[in-house]
Amino acid sequence: MVPVNYYVVLSAILFVIGALGVLSRRNPLIIFMSIELMLNAANLAFVAFASVYETFSGQIFVFFVIAVAAAEVAVGLALIVEIFKTKKNINIDEMNSLKG
Amino acid sequence: MHLSETVNTGFYFLAPGLVLAPILGLLINAIFGKNFSEKVVGTVASLASGTAFVISVLLAYSVAVNHGHPVSVPFAEWIHIGNLELDWTFRVDSLSATMMLVVSGVGTLIHIYAIGYMHEDVRFKHEEGRFNRFFLYLNLFIAAMMILVSGDSYLMLFVGWEGVGLCSFLLIGFWYEMDTLARPSWANSNAAKKAFITNRVGDFGFLIAGFLMFWYLGSFQFDEVFAAAPAIAHDSPWVIVAITLFMLVGVAGKSAQIPLYIWLPDAMAGPTPVSALIHAATMVTAGVYLVTRSAPLYTLVPEAQYIVAMVGAATALFAATIAVGQYDIKKVLAYSTISQLGFMVAAVGMGAYVAGMFHLITHAFFKALLFLSAGSVILGLERGHHAHAHHGHDDHGKGKKKESKKEEHGHHSGHDDHGEVFDPGDMRNMGGLRKTMPVTFWLYMIGTLALAGIFPFAGFWSKDEILLDASLHYTSVYWQLTIAAFFTAFYMGRQIWMVFFGEARTDAAKSAQESPKVMTVPLMVLAVLSVAGGALNLPFEGFHNLGHWLEYTLGEVHALPLDLKVAGISTALALLAIFISWLIYGRNPLKAGQPDPLKKPLGFVFTGMENKWFVDEGYGVLILTPFKKLSQFLADVIDWRFWHDFVHDTVIAGTYNWLSDVVLSRYADQKGIDTFFNSWGSFTQWLSGNVRRIQNGFVRSYALSVLLGVVLILGYLILK
Amino acid sequence: MSSELIVFLVLSLVAIATALGMLFSQNAVYSALFLVLNFVTVAIFYLLLGAPFIAMAQITVYAGAIMVLFLFVIMLLGAESLAPTNTLPWQKPLARLLSVILAVEAIYILLTKANSNMMVTSPDASLNTMESLREMAVTLFSSFLLPFEVTSILLLVAMMGAIILTRQEREAK
Repeated sequence: MVPVNYYVVLSAILFVIGALGVLSRRNPLIIFMSIELMLNAANLAFVAFASVYETFSGQIFVFFVIAVAAAEVAVGLALIVEIFKTKKNINIDEMNSLKG
Repeated sequence: MHLSETVNTGFYFLAPGLVLAPILGLLINAIFGKNFSEKVVGTVASLASGTAFVISVLLAYSVAVNHGHPVSVPFAEWIHIGNLELDWTFRVDSLSATMMLVVSGVGTLIHIYAIGYMHEDVRFKHEEGRFNRFFLYLNLFIAAMMILVSGDSYLMLFVGWEGVGLCSFLLIGFWYEMDTLARPSWANSNAAKKAFITNRVGDFGFLIAGFLMFWYLGSFQFDEVFAAAPAIAHDSPWVIVAITLFMLVGVAGKSAQIPLYIWLPDAMAGPTPVSALIHAATMVTAGVYLVTRSAPLYTLVPEAQYIVAMVGAATALFAATIAVGQYDIKKVLAYSTISQLGFMVAAVGMGAYVAGMFHLITHAFFKALLFLSAGSVILGLERGHHAHAHHGHDDHGKGKKKESKKEEHGHHSGHDDHGEVFDPGDMRNMGGLRKTMPVTFWLYMIGTLALAGIFPFAGFWSKDEILLDASLHYTSVYWQLTIAAFFTAFYMGRQIWMVFFGEARTDAAKSAQESPKVMTVPLMVLAVLSVAGGALNLPFEGFHNLGHWLEYTLGEVHALPLDLKVAGISTALALLAIFISWLIYGRNPLKAGQPDPLKKPLGFVFTGMENKWFVDEGYGVLILTPFKKLSQFLADVIDWRFWHDFVHDTVIAGTYNWLSDVVLSRYADQKGIDTFFNSWGSFTQWLSGNVRRIQNGFVRSYALSVLLGVVLILGYLILK
Repeated sequence: MSSELIVFLVLSLVAIATALGMLFSQNAVYSALFLVLNFVTVAIFYLLLGAPFIAMAQITVYAGAIMVLFLFVIMLLGAESLAPTNTLPWQKPLARLLSVILAVEAIYILLTKANSNMMVTSPDASLNTMESLREMAVTLFSSFLLPFEVTSILLLVAMMGAIILTRQEREAK
């Protein structure tokens, strides 16, 4: 019998690791993967609470999150490929044309 | 009211007419004068003055009917402030009635004379348009003099006092742009100013007396003042002494005593009727009237009386000596007037009010007669001068005489062709006029004998009474007055011999013409009065008419009988003086260009007499020059350089400019406000410059800011 | 210490290790592979929590499809490690700091607010997977029908977007 707090703490740690990845890596692919990690961490928390309250809503929500993540990855990767075609480079620091 | 009632109770209601009749004449002439002929203007003015005379007669009659009981006729409210109530009230009593009669009577005669005189004078000076103005001023003078003599309080007296001062100024400066010889000059205006300013000094004394009177005695009204005076004289007599002595200053100004007599000789610059009316008969006697009216005050302070008497006596003697050395016919008469005023002031100073008033009346008669006759002489000489000048031109302009008369008038305004100015008043240009101007000669003789005090002319009786009083009161005054009487007879004799006897010294005198009737008839009336005027107050029992008359106002009057010793001495001295003058001037008449026979024997004394003992020059050095220097200093240095240039320009304007340029503009505005607002702008620039850095285009930093926000919100939720 | 707890701890260690491996790996392919491993671990967690369908879905979709897609793109774009750069030098320290703070905050909140008496259901209780699967399907298609349909449209749109974005303009012949 694992207290749900443990699962939630684990979820938080994974989330922070993902956030760290988003902030500190320059390769946009790594950044994307860190975002997926964050989403995953959130899913874990959902499922944990769904298990606590013995309801299916949490799992269904995770189902939708996975679907949306898939869609988002598809479009995002397409964008990165397009940017690579122009810049010939995937260093995210090079993509600062929106500089004010 | 029935006439009989009025006759019994009196015509007092007519009193305001004394002032209003001349004012009415003035207004009629002022408004319609330009439409009237000269005769009408003169007639209107004379009628106005004559109406005042008639009213005076009726008022005198009323006083007699009421046994001299003084009556106040209220006329108008004037000042009512708090407890102060000053009204214009007419006072009809024997003293004021006497003055009214003299002023209006002699005044009317002079108005009639002036019609003829001014008719010729404006033509000699080529200013026909000014005829009207003369009569306006004359009527104004009569009105002001009436206010003076009929006032019920010292305040009304002062109003009239100032008014006659003003009219004197206007009339002396009648020919304001010329001098007496009709040359363009400041001389006449300066004479008018001198009169006004010297009178002002006298008025200052009168005002101080008035202030003291109001402060200590509580009123200006005659009865109230006289009632309150004895108590004050008992407690603090210096008040009454101060009041009377300051009034003496006013008298010295108006009645031409030492030291303020200097204006009267210069006042001869005015036309002769002015000299006769104002400066012989009426205005100058205002001072004597003032002292007589203030008799209750003066009797309380014998010290002040002595001073008044001494001033009068000194003036009488001093002026008489000056008259001996004068060459202008009117100047001799002017100094004679000053001298006779000295007699009057000495008389009233001694307390001989009846004698003073008696001499005032007789002097008015014969001095007016003398002045008007002198005017007749002057005009006669002018006529002769012009006739002679035309005669001379006849040789040049044959056939052109008729048209060119006007132009010739334009050429000769007192000048003859030789470029010299002809002075018709200089006695050295006269001589032998008794043949060419006989009427004037006899009139002048009567006036002279009256003035010299020869029995039985009017002057003898009045002057004698003064001498009698003087011998009983103050011996020094008596001797001064007696010596002055001697000189009086001497210089009048000198004048007669120089003017009327001997041979004519100039062509003008040779062709002199007699004056028209409009001028000589009033003179004849005055001559009769000069002869018979003595009857007013003969020093015999039962004939003290004036004395009894004035007793109603003055109280008990001690009437003196004739003292043969005094009368004898004065008559003998007068005859002696005339004899001596005949010896010097009459026996060997002066030739043209010959200097005065007295010059050599008397030397510097005569020079002093000629030059009025340099009094005017002394005043100039002592008073006028320092005054002018002081005012120049005040104007240039204090007012202009200090106040205007320094304080205004440098200090005030400079400070203001400095304030606005330096302080406000440079510091407050540019450095202060501009900096403040510019700093806002640069701050905004700096701020936006820095905030812009957030938008660096790097995704990672945007993500970081998102995380930062999350952290902060969570932190807030935790801490809450 | 129950066996479930031990399993949980071991698995959580593995998850954290793989996550860190993904984070710190310089080679992009290695990162992707680490992430796959992480996903599998999380799937096991789902199994432990009694959500078999979600576990399978996770492995199939996430690990199987998404990560494969990632690997394709990594291969396409080059997995070389990028040269260290000087841009935003303050980024890394600040990020680490903020992450630590976030972790502390999150753990604090979750530990103090969440009721520690709540227990997770053990896997024994939900052994009948077919039953639970059916119930889940019923719930999905009844209460969550609209989100289900919208999600399908979303996937359609994503597909279309990906195609349009990478389409090359044909040059006219």
